[in-house]
Amino acid sequence: MSIDYAVRAEGLQKRYGRTQALAGCDLAVPYGSVCGLLGPNGAGKTTAVRVLSTLVRPDGGRAEVAGFDVTRQPRQVRHRIGLAGQFAAVDEVLTGRQNLEMFGRLFHLGTRPAKRRSAELLEQFDLAGAADQGVKTYSGGMRRRLDLASSMLLAPAVLFLDEPTTGLDPRGRNEVWRAVRSLVSGGTTVLLTTQYLDEADQLADRVAVIDAGRVIADDTPTALKNAIGGARIEVIVGEAGDLPAAAKAVARVTTAEPETDQDDRRVHAPVSDRVAALTEVARALQDQGVAVEDIGLRRPTLDDVFLQLTGHHAEAETAP
Amino acid sequence: MSTLTGPRPAEAIDTAGHRLYWAVVDCWTVVRRGLLHYVRQPTNIAWQLGFPIVTVLLFGYVFGSAMTVPGGGDYREFLMPGLFGMTMAFGFMNTAYAVVLDSTKGVVDRFRSMPMASSAVVTGRGVSDLIAASIDLLVLAGMALVIGWRSNGGLPATLAAFGLFLLLRFALIWIGILLGLMVPNEEAAGSLFAVAFPFGMISSAFVAPSLMPDWLGAIAAWNPVSSTVTAARELFGNPAAVGDSWVEQHAMLMAVVWPLAITAVFLPLAVRRFQRLSR
Ligand SMILES: Nc1ncnc2c1ncn2[C@@H]1O[C@H](COP(=O)(O)OP(=O)(O)O)[C@@H](O)[C@H]1O
Ligand SMILES: [Mg+2]
Repeated sequence: MSIDYAVRAEGLQKRYGRTQALAGCDLAVPYGSVCGLLGPNGAGKTTAVRVLSTLVRPDGGRAEVAGFDVTRQPRQVRHRIGLAGQFAAVDEVLTGRQNLEMFGRLFHLGTRPAKRRSAELLEQFDLAGAADQGVKTYSGGMRRRLDLASSMLLAPAVLFLDEPTTGLDPRGRNEVWRAVRSLVSGGTTVLLTTQYLDEADQLADRVAVIDAGRVIADDTPTALKNAIGGARIEVIVGEAGDLPAAAKAVARVTTAEPETDQDDRRVHAPVSDRVAALTEVARALQDQGVAVEDIGLRRPTLDDVFLQLTGHHAEAETAP
Repeated sequence: MSTLTGPRPAEAIDTAGHRLYWAVVDCWTVVRRGLLHYVRQPTNIAWQLGFPIVTVLLFGYVFGSAMTVPGGGDYREFLMPGLFGMTMAFGFMNTAYAVVLDSTKGVVDRFRSMPMASSAVVTGRGVSDLIAASIDLLVLAGMALVIGWRSNGGLPATLAAFGLFLLLRFALIWIGILLGLMVPNEEAAGSLFAVAFPFGMISSAFVAPSLMPDWLGAIAAWNPVSSTVTAARELFGNPAAVGDSWVEQHAMLMAVVWPLAITAVFLPLAVRRFQRLSR
């Protein structure tokens, strides 16, 4: 294996009882880039992260992180990674500052540098005001930020973030995104898992789509979105008899063939210039006197990706 | 937010001396955390010591006048070492509870993903629990002195008796860690009381085994808590009501053998369970 990659996995296998959590998972993340591992609940994202962060030994396959083998050289790997798991792993009883200082010492920073670094991170993550309050009193977003700060104490070469924004409100999500971008600009390689295509699009240079323990696509977010046709326009008419007229109106703004869905009285098609398409279709329908129940633009979701790549729906909820 | 100017990781020097150094330093960091928990949750301490205090009132004063000590002696003098022993016996629940919280909240995983000595997760827990147990004993001994309990055994024997209590508590750390890694959640950890209660009570802590039905008396006499409590009574010079059975006659020996045997069995089991987290 080459060390040009910060993370490199080949054929990772992991079985839990009868569940094959990882079924030959391959991954290659170049240094300094952000890889989004996108998949629904139960796809194997957490298991992949746990193998790569040395928490779980794979049954088969091999993986290198920052040039070290995760099973044979776990100590070297641990010196070079940060991990923020799916649930904020911070000490509820201690204050935010006490948490960071404890983790800093355990990262072998030394007492004084650990204190300095903690103060710095509390400032960066907007936790300075609550630094000396017990974590018990923190909101979900604050806990997540503290968790993230704890994983960045060392300015790790590779940072693993397992669903870093699940359960956060939009403000919390933006704060996390900002933190991740800042780390990346400092040279850290990030592997983040997410159920949201939108999030992968915002942060990742490449997106690996994972399904049933296997990476089924590995591409740039743009290419992925192009493959599924970017945004779609969607018209729902009041009378099924108006469907052909609606399809004709939609055909004027798309290069693809509009799809008609009789049961839902729905016509939809991919569009590129979204706003222009929306106004044009709306005007055309009005001119023809078609009774429209709903008209709108829909961003592609994880479910669209899955439908496109696998022919089946993602089992999890996909709205961010 | 500024870009990251954080420290770069120290290289993992991998000599035996280096490892030992960090094993000790990391252990101390985890111990500090345990002590911070102790001082940040004063109500927990109150709850924890509330139980022995209520027990003293109940056994010392409510039932006390009806209690007799075989071979003579003051019941309250007899009771106090029993209470110290019971508090140590229940202590394994504190260990188990702390371990359950850490593993279900992901703190154990965070520790395991860090370059710290992984032994410190276990040793740190043990040392901070021993320190907490020492504080418990100090407070209980203070209370015992207030209600008239005395050690008549001289300073070395008195210290040796407290040493035996801590030795028992040390052995129970490994059971606590093992159970803490085995039970799935906090609620299940709470139900460990069903194990702790008979373990603490069916012993010589409150009543001499010779006063119990034969079969129960035999179980009580062989309970490790009994050996520690009886040995401590002898060291304190308190009434000990030592029965005729071999195990009661050799309480001093068994107060050392039991904890060592428990440690020999459960320490490897706990460590193995911890290592199997990566399965
Ligand atoms: N410790 C475990 N024990 C048993 N089954 C597990 C365990 N961890 C994960 N699994 C199973 O493996 C599959 C993948 O899980 P996971 O990696 O958590 O997926 P994701 O993070 O993508 O939601 C799921 O079917 C899950 O139930
Ligand atoms: Mg997961």
